[in-house]
Amino acid sequence: MSEGTISVKLKVWRQKNGQESGHFEDYQMDDVSTSSSFLEMLDLLNEKLIDEDKDPVAFDHDCREGICGMCSLTINGIPHGKNALQTTCQLHMRSFQDGDTITIEPFRAHPFPVIRDLAVDRTSFERIMQSGGYVTQRIGAAQDANALPIGKEVADRAMDAAACIGCGACVAVCPNASAMLFTSAKMTQLNMLPQGRPEKDRRSLNMVAQMDAEGFGNCTNIGECSAACPKGISMDFIAMMNRDYAVARVKSFFGAA
Amino acid sequence: MSSLVKKYLMALTGFVLVGFVCGHMLGNLQMFLHPDWINEYAYKLQHLPYGLLWVVRLVLLITVIVHVVVAVQLVLENRRARGGENYAAKAKLQATFASKTMRYTGLVLLAFIIFHILHFTVQSVHPEFKELHTEITGTGTLWHVYDHLKPMGHTNQHDVYAMVGIGFSPHFWYVPAFYIFSMALLCMHLTHGVASMFQSLGLRNSVWTPRLRKLALVIGWVVFLGFSSLPVAGLLQAFPHQDHIQAQYEHTFDGGAAHSDAAAHNH
Ligand code: HEM
Ligand code: FES
Repeated sequence: MSEGTISVKLKVWRQKNGQESGHFEDYQMDDVSTSSSFLEMLDLLNEKLIDEDKDPVAFDHDCREGICGMCSLTINGIPHGKNALQTTCQLHMRSFQDGDTITIEPFRAHPFPVIRDLAVDRTSFERIMQSGGYVTQRIGAAQDANALPIGKEVADRAMDAAACIGCGACVAVCPNASAMLFTSAKMTQLNMLPQGRPEKDRRSLNMVAQMDAEGFGNCTNIGECSAACPKGISMDFIAMMNRDYAVARVKSFFGAA
Repeated sequence: MSSLVKKYLMALTGFVLVGFVCGHMLGNLQMFLHPDWINEYAYKLQHLPYGLLWVVRLVLLITVIVHVVVAVQLVLENRRARGGENYAAKAKLQATFASKTMRYTGLVLLAFIIFHILHFTVQSVHPEFKELHTEITGTGTLWHVYDHLKPMGHTNQHDVYAMVGIGFSPHFWYVPAFYIFSMALLCMHLTHGVASMFQSLGLRNSVWTPRLRKLALVIGWVVFLGFSSLPVAGLLQAFPHQDHIQAQYEHTFDGGAAHSDAAAHNH
């Protein structure tokens, strides 16, 4: 791995809280190792700021290995930065050139209010999950693993949907701030499996209702969500959700859902 | 109304409008045949039984209203969802220009629809259009080809052929220019809209995505070329019976103008 250092200029969004308005502040970062991750670079910035007795920049992160969905950041206009299929925590400074100016903004959307600086409140996603992103299970001994055969193709497709880590990049990048990629992945991963089928209609109706109640926008099939998604979730799942919801609405109209 | 119900309404009304647009285009292309074709076609539409013409008009009107009203609702909701603060750095990943300009192309289409109705249906843009009359002899139409059918032989019927020829003539060059411009925007609206329709209704998967994209592209371009051929032919005075159009123009527009000029002169 090429070991070197670069200097970059950061334009960072600073905002005290959801009530006050924010602004950009510029920071010069010199001698940043190209092997350091983007978040490590921000850690260095924060150490510097703390040394200078200034407020560190608040940003979200947890696992730092691309699986928890906690990191965010819109980097030069793209959630999780320009590299495809990558979370911010997996982005490294070798993806930047010496002398680059990097603009860092929060994931912007009305249902993602800023908590502080680059950290936004994504509990609207939690409430969508609570409205139906689960299966109801009896507790007790797990049933035999082979008692419920699931075709390989269906299992694979369900796993593709389940790859969603719920980071919110789809909402952040969408011109309509729509959460349909997230909601559809979380809905159809269960709808297409036998374990999820008993609650399929209820799940479809409730998750869409909650998504709307949170104030997310309406998909116009532009496709930026899929392109920005660190897990490459396909818009096929939105089509599936549209289908499942239509069926559920018709069934509920006739009192059958 | 939930977000998805609004999407279904957009797609279903869009589907009806696409169907109408394709049928309308085929009807219009009769302008490249003998004048009797389009005049007879227009006569038959005007004389549909059971007031069917008004039923169709009403259905289309409701369709357009639903399409536009829901579109406006969606645009407003999406703007609210995006929030007050815009990104300082803007980037585009893969979105097509057509997909991001649906609201604008749609708005121009709405203006076009209103103008088009005033132009050729109400005929208030050029009231002279109402005075264009001709005989429908059936020459060159199917009545002629199958000679066991009697030609219609209507006299003094509205001369739609001349109306379109004059309406798109270089005398009013800005009118055909606006038509061509609007059809280019309709092409854009459809290259996204037709593919989007299937996604909104959930009738799509990754196998069908490239096929639907191509279908949308083909429909968009066929509609553009098919419709635009008329204003283009009008501007170039290239309709097959241009002499008939010219004669009708001189009779109704030039002649009329010369007439009133002379009358004004006499006073
Ligand atoms: C000849 C007339 C028109 C035709 C054939 C047409 C066709 C379509 C179709 C097929 C769609 C896709 C439906 C979907 O899946 O969402 C669509 C969407 C749309 N149309 Fe139209 N339309 C017409 C006129 C208009 C007008 C007058 C407006 C006025 C504002 C408009 C605004 C929109 C908008 C905003 C969308 C949603 C865009 C999106 O989902 O990305 N359209 N149209
Ligand atoms: S911090 Fe867990 S995915 Fe980035």
